[in-house]
Amino acid sequence: MVYENPDGVKIGLEIHVQLNKLNTKLFCGCSTDYHNAEPNTHVCPVCLGLPGSLPVLNKRAVEFAMKVGLALNCNIVEQTQFHRKNYYYPDLPKGFQTTQYDYPIASRGKVVIDGEDGERIIRITRAHMEEDPGKLLHMGSIEKSKGTLINYNRSGMALIEIVTEPDMRSPKEARRFLDKLRSILEYLDVFNGDLEGAMRVDANISVMGGDRVEVKNISSHKGVEKAALYEIMRQKNFVRRGGKVVLETRHFDEQRGVTLSMRSKEEEHDYRYFPEPDLVPMRVADRVPEVIKTLPELPDAKRERFTSQYGMADMHAKALTSDIKVANFYEHVALKVDPGAAAVWIADVLKGELNYRDISVDAFKVEDMAEIIELVTGNKITERSGVEIIRTILDNGGTPAAVVKEKGLIKVEDDIVTKAVTEALAENPEALQDYLGGKEKSLNFLVGQVMKKTAGRSDARTTREMLLERISELPPK
Amino acid sequence: MAGWANISQLKEKIAQGSAEEVTASYLERIKKSRTNAYTTVWEGAVEKAREIDEQGHNGPLAGIPIAIKDNISTRGISTTCSSKILQGYVPPYDAHIVERLKDAGAIILGKTNMDEFAMGTSTESSCYGPTLNPWDMERVPGGSSGGSAAVVAAGEAPLSVGSDTGGSVRCPAAFCGVVGLKPTYGTISRYGLISYANSLEQIGPLATCVSDIAALMDVIGGHDARDSTSVKTESVYKDALVDDVSGLRIGVPAEYFGAGIDPAVENSVWDAIQLFEELGASWEQVSLPHTSYALAAYYIIAMSEASSNLARFDGTRYGYRKEGENWHVMASRTRAEGFGAEVKRRILLGTYALSAGYHDKYYLKALKVRTLVKQDFEQAFREFDCLMTPTMPTPAFKLREKVEDPLALYLADVNTVPINLAGVPSISLPCGFTDGLPIGLQIIGKHFDEATVLRAAYSFEQNTEHHTRRPAEVA
Amino acid sequence: MITKEEVEHVGWLARIEIHESEAQDYAEKLNAVLDYFGQLDEVDTENVPPTYHVADIVNVFREDVVRPSMPQEEVLANTGKKQEGNFLAPRIM
Repeated sequence: MVYENPDGVKIGLEIHVQLNKLNTKLFCGCSTDYHNAEPNTHVCPVCLGLPGSLPVLNKRAVEFAMKVGLALNCNIVEQTQFHRKNYYYPDLPKGFQTTQYDYPIASRGKVVIDGEDGERIIRITRAHMEEDPGKLLHMGSIEKSKGTLINYNRSGMALIEIVTEPDMRSPKEARRFLDKLRSILEYLDVFNGDLEGAMRVDANISVMGGDRVEVKNISSHKGVEKAALYEIMRQKNFVRRGGKVVLETRHFDEQRGVTLSMRSKEEEHDYRYFPEPDLVPMRVADRVPEVIKTLPELPDAKRERFTSQYGMADMHAKALTSDIKVANFYEHVALKVDPGAAAVWIADVLKGELNYRDISVDAFKVEDMAEIIELVTGNKITERSGVEIIRTILDNGGTPAAVVKEKGLIKVEDDIVTKAVTEALAENPEALQDYLGGKEKSLNFLVGQVMKKTAGRSDARTTREMLLERISELPPK
Repeated sequence: MAGWANISQLKEKIAQGSAEEVTASYLERIKKSRTNAYTTVWEGAVEKAREIDEQGHNGPLAGIPIAIKDNISTRGISTTCSSKILQGYVPPYDAHIVERLKDAGAIILGKTNMDEFAMGTSTESSCYGPTLNPWDMERVPGGSSGGSAAVVAAGEAPLSVGSDTGGSVRCPAAFCGVVGLKPTYGTISRYGLISYANSLEQIGPLATCVSDIAALMDVIGGHDARDSTSVKTESVYKDALVDDVSGLRIGVPAEYFGAGIDPAVENSVWDAIQLFEELGASWEQVSLPHTSYALAAYYIIAMSEASSNLARFDGTRYGYRKEGENWHVMASRTRAEGFGAEVKRRILLGTYALSAGYHDKYYLKALKVRTLVKQDFEQAFREFDCLMTPTMPTPAFKLREKVEDPLALYLADVNTVPINLAGVPSISLPCGFTDGLPIGLQIIGKHFDEATVLRAAYSFEQNTEHHTRRPAEVA
Repeated sequence: MITKEEVEHVGWLARIEIHESEAQDYAEKLNAVLDYFGQLDEVDTENVPPTYHVADIVNVFREDVVRPSMPQEEVLANTGKKQEGNFLAPRIM
């Protein structure tokens, strides 16, 4: 099936990713671990922009940025130099942002996503390093606020800004791209997407060959999808009424799900970029081979390996590899139990239960998962009981053994079922006759009788098979 | 009375008496001073000196007082760049050189007056009013480190530290008859120096004699990991103090004796060059053809960088603040009232030079001219060990003479700014007097060849008396 | 030639409030300097690279090791405008 893209939607993204797995900020030794800290406790003369302070570049931040660039199939620049992007805003303590300009550390890459109609290549224009501004808290709405509180703990955090070509044709593709990007970044161990503000997105959206509109500072993948849906609708309606979409910047109101124009004198910029005299050029291209060696297996490669090594369906491989933690969890479980069963149980059951509760796989123990799969494949418990154990552990804690015991989930021994089958047939001769006479429904009645006798601890399918077997063995009348 | 004593004389005084007495005598002299050279006198100085007396200290500057320019960050001591916009700002940290000085046992007497944000050649744009030249109180001390030069000339500190973006150490050294060095770019950490034009400037020492300059360099020079442009050098500056210039090849660039040069200045400098010849050096004229463009290139670069460096002064976190109905208005008013006229002009010009449509015409063009100026020096240094020129084309001018004409003031820097564009070292030392006003000789060296510059300066000093003359007005 | 209007625009870019009455004087003083800068047009800089840094240094890095930050009261010590550990500014727009 070919996706026609009837509205000519083009979406390009600019994604600000905090390299929050670094120990320190981009240009100073302040800790990155500020998320639960008091305001303005993770700052020093450098990230507070005190007069006379000077930046010194975090070596590991450069390595992280190179890893990201390489993982996105980019070229790494030969030589580059940080620039100053000059503009005034209270979250910017130096009155400029230190960023890369004409020579980004990485450029011209690509990422493959599952698009509307199969694989789709999203081209990466560039990825550059820069520093994060501080955080503003408006007392009231931004226009009518009584004042602004400024916390510089975030100031100077290392960011990598990833810019794509406008290659996404629907809000869903934009979201899939972001999911894939997050997955890659977490594989690289440079990024923890669970932390607040870890990823912020600007989306450039156009329809039917019109000018693009930039929607700024969206904080979630879902938000990007929603903002794009709204913006496409707005632009289409505008064009339908005879309007012409012009280049502009809009702000996304996450609560109301709408985008709002933010044209004002304060938003007019002339950034006056020039090379930062306090930082010297960096030449890192010769380190590329060394950094490549440190790259982990990435999601696409892992997905392929999972299908070939464990013989699982591609659907399962995809589900298991989109999150590095789930992939690692799976491989640990697969060491202990049948990998095929593990793939089904983790991809189809556990992941769904985790998503439903919006929790990470960290909440579940490898040993518990292996034990549950053993119980099911060993025919000790029913599949339904397996699901019930997972839910109980996620909701209330405990171990599989304890849940089994508490809920009496162990499957009844076969001889008990055999006995119940014999009894049921003896006690219900009419039903047997009806079945033999061609009434299929009567078999269901008998199955029900057997299960009643075993208090539900035998499953329907087994009971049905045993009944049929016994009936076929009956001497003809 | 300590006054004009040099480091070795002070060490004797401290050994015979105490560091406390030495510091107290300077503070006494500062109290009586009319030069307006200090912006802040540190009230902890005497106690610090007493501590050194009591606990002993074997640092190279133990108990030696020093004055620090007001644009160098001193923990707990007001640091304002002589600007209203930094009124009340007390830094929570020490500049690298301040740490080094404290470790060496030096006693900080206070902070010295300067042109606001180091933008000037006369120390008249200070929010504290002008510093007066100790040789003639009707005249400027030069700038922008006018306070740092005046305190040494007036015997209000034996040593001081200034900063030199386009001549700001050498100009006041020349006008005040003291020695001042602008080291090679990258020699002294700028960590804690409040930036005016960061690709051009260096901290530099001022003193009454070349050996004290070397001693101070041995303390404040050297690599610092907090300044990415700081260079790893292992110089021992004191080793350069040799009275021997035989074989020294001196280049004399004709362009530095151009229109507007005072004949007395020209004569004194030629006398100096002749003396070098008598001492065994040789000299030849040399041409640095792009010199006349250096001034324009310098000002464009300096103003462009300044427009960005000074963006942080917005009233939000420290210093002066004028409220407004929103943050942008507050910042605009704070800056309109907090900065003086010259600083605002330079910020506006720098903003303009970097702005869309003008970036290539001004900023980029200036950086290309900078390359040519630098190449002129490289060319010259293939033939010569050092270059000699007048530091300033004239002696100290009168107060208010050039305040209303910024361009005239800029033109005074014609002989000092090319050195900063090239990043090479250069020293100014007294080489004569005219009508009782000192004249400065500038000796320029190759990158990281402070040794040659210091050796030449030291030899000159050993064979002349100019550096021993003291201003009568403050005696 | 920089016009009065351009002076006001640059004033806004640089966040320096310029009253209408001052703009003319600024324009004159700035133009005198810009005229002087214009002499660089004479210099042939074809194929001349710009010099951003005089020292030929590359690759200066810091290890990713945490250093102590400042205590909050020291961070806020230079302003009277603060609230609950934050800097306090007027609304943005």
